[in-house]
Amino acid sequence: MKSNVMKMVDRRDGKLAMAHFYVAFIALAIGGLAGLLQTLVRSGKFVLPAGIGYYQILTVHGVVLGLVLTTFFIMGFQLAAVSKTAGTLTKRQRTIAWIGFWLMTIGTLMAATMILLNKASVLYTFYAPLQAHALYYIGLTLVIVGSWFDGAAIVIAYIAWRKANPGQPSPLLTFMSLVNTLLWIVATIGVAATVLLQLLPWSLGLVDRVDVLVSRTLFWYFGHPLVYFWLLPAYMAWYVVIPKVIGGKIFSDSLARMSFILFLLFSIPVGFHHQLTEPGIDPAWKFLQVILTFLVVIPSLMTAFSLFATFESYGRSKGAKGLFGWLKVLPWNDARFTVPFIGMLSFIPAGAGGMVNASHQLNQVIHNTIWVTGHFHLTLATAVILTFFGITYWLVPHLTGRTLTKAMNKLAIIQAVFWATGMTFMSGAMHAAGLLGAPRRSSFSEYGGAAQAAEWIPYQVAQAIGGSILFIGIILMVYIFINLAFFAPKGEEEFPVGEAADEAEKTPMVFENWKLWLGITVILILFAYTIPFIDMIENAPIGSKGYKLW
Amino acid sequence: MHIHKYEKIWLIFGLTTLLVFLSVLGVSAFYLGNQPPSCLATINPEKVDTTKPFNKPGLKKVEGKDWDYELVFVASAFNYNPGEIEVPKGAKVKVIATTKDVIHGFEVAGTNINMMLEPGFISEFETTFDKAGEFLIVCNEYCGAGHHMMTSKIKVVEA
Ligand SMILES: [Cu+2]
Ligand SMILES: [Cu+2]
Repeated sequence: MKSNVMKMVDRRDGKLAMAHFYVAFIALAIGGLAGLLQTLVRSGKFVLPAGIGYYQILTVHGVVLGLVLTTFFIMGFQLAAVSKTAGTLTKRQRTIAWIGFWLMTIGTLMAATMILLNKASVLYTFYAPLQAHALYYIGLTLVIVGSWFDGAAIVIAYIAWRKANPGQPSPLLTFMSLVNTLLWIVATIGVAATVLLQLLPWSLGLVDRVDVLVSRTLFWYFGHPLVYFWLLPAYMAWYVVIPKVIGGKIFSDSLARMSFILFLLFSIPVGFHHQLTEPGIDPAWKFLQVILTFLVVIPSLMTAFSLFATFESYGRSKGAKGLFGWLKVLPWNDARFTVPFIGMLSFIPAGAGGMVNASHQLNQVIHNTIWVTGHFHLTLATAVILTFFGITYWLVPHLTGRTLTKAMNKLAIIQAVFWATGMTFMSGAMHAAGLLGAPRRSSFSEYGGAAQAAEWIPYQVAQAIGGSILFIGIILMVYIFINLAFFAPKGEEEFPVGEAADEAEKTPMVFENWKLWLGITVILILFAYTIPFIDMIENAPIGSKGYKLW
Repeated sequence: MHIHKYEKIWLIFGLTTLLVFLSVLGVSAFYLGNQPPSCLATINPEKVDTTKPFNKPGLKKVEGKDWDYELVFVASAFNYNPGEIEVPKGAKVKVIATTKDVIHGFEVAGTNINMMLEPGFISEFETTFDKAGEFLIVCNEYCGAGHHMMTSKIKVVEA
């Protein structure tokens, strides 16, 4: 990496990234409100007005937060990171990304319209044979295709940089953006296949029946790497940005690249761990994918190690003594550090819960219970989203030519405290109720007065309390975002990019060998999926007609 | 590329733990037979009512099998048939279920019985009901507007 002169992201690229962020934060506000309403309904003390359905707002919540907020934020962040570290986008690259932005936005509006008209209450997982309006599927397809355009801009920018700098490893943030983009493109092929080849023709009435198991398998081929597509941008901030924010160094450039490559390899051929309790798949193949799932433990351990190594070496360089003395010298009153740090902490219980979910047998205890919801509200909705908020606090003012004021910095930390508190209540209660059997994705019900269901209700009240605290957090966040985008004082906010502690050591060029890494990725996918997929098609029962049961 | 000594120790420790963990799962699955429900049998979802054993949902005593009873459920939006069933305590039971329409869940709260019911497939799970009492069956996979009303009950009674 070049020495750290204060280089601003080009204004035109800044505009592009900001366009993505506007949509992302509108999504946060809408999706957050939907989430609040869900927790209130499920407490049993609140009924939705005006004939709005619980499963309608559940669909809003999932689509708008799981797909829209994340994809827009991530693409905006990655485009800004590439522009910063590999140089301003060319006109062609920027145009491609703008086309992507508009396709995604139009697609989002189409899908949202269909959900609001109650023509698509099928949740964001759209399990056939529930059949939504064709425009819902077309809208979601446009979101995916648009994200490919954004991704193409990143890939082209990377190729151009490599051509201009032969024999050199690419800038770390550009490299990481590229890995995540490749992961996304390989993963979304699955969801694109089920939508374009199965669901769309079926919802248009061109074909009568759909193969349910094949559709689910293609969805979950996408559904698990989706999680890593959310997570890797957070890791980009943890590996590269946070060291600079605290004044330390990246522990190792090479190991950071290696862990990203391992995530690319091990996050795709593992979708069966979402289908462990399903008929029609041989348990031996399920077990194979369970093993592959657990291999992400390796890059996860590497990440944890290098983060804490960075923190500790920084602390010791400041003269901290004792086993944990370095904790004291970290910049706790800097929101750019503290907010993502809270996210990192939530990843510890989140990771442990994830191991339960992916375990061949333990999964049966919690499958489709609200434990799972509690789990991904720790991973996505805490670790990842707090890191995204932490990025927002410097990236948005950097792009808009403003600064994060002391007052906003303080409010940002308060925001994170609200978030952590609300999430402790909500996610904690979800985990507990899930262990008692409370199902996920379900409106309030007393289940015919069953004693077991009565035990779940106090936890559901706790979820509503947590949800309400979280909603205050969302209002604060939207307020800070609007301030940073439009009202904060003019100035120059830094885009922090860390330097590696092992700068002297040359990063091996093998990490840039995409034929090798994509080749292994494809081989692993074929290994994990080919035989069970052929089995599925050969032994397929008669397909299903569409149902609209909402 | 060199790896720090402490990182090597950390990774070796982590990988060893992982290996032990995965071995436990593997032994449990392939040696003790604790596999997740993965029945491979198919059925025409439009002819469930006339296909054995789903033409007669409920509890049936069987002979000459590894289990004493077969407990047959048919799911459809938004109910289970039977809506309530008694099972003798300690009985070895094979639960056999399928769906007539969309995907449903089949979860017996407070037990390990938890499986997906998908149109065209039969789902099975073998279990022993050791504890007396009432167990709630809930649908834990979204199936439409009445999803949260979809329920049944297993009463485990002293034999
Ligand atoms: Cu997963
Ligand atoms: Cu249901």
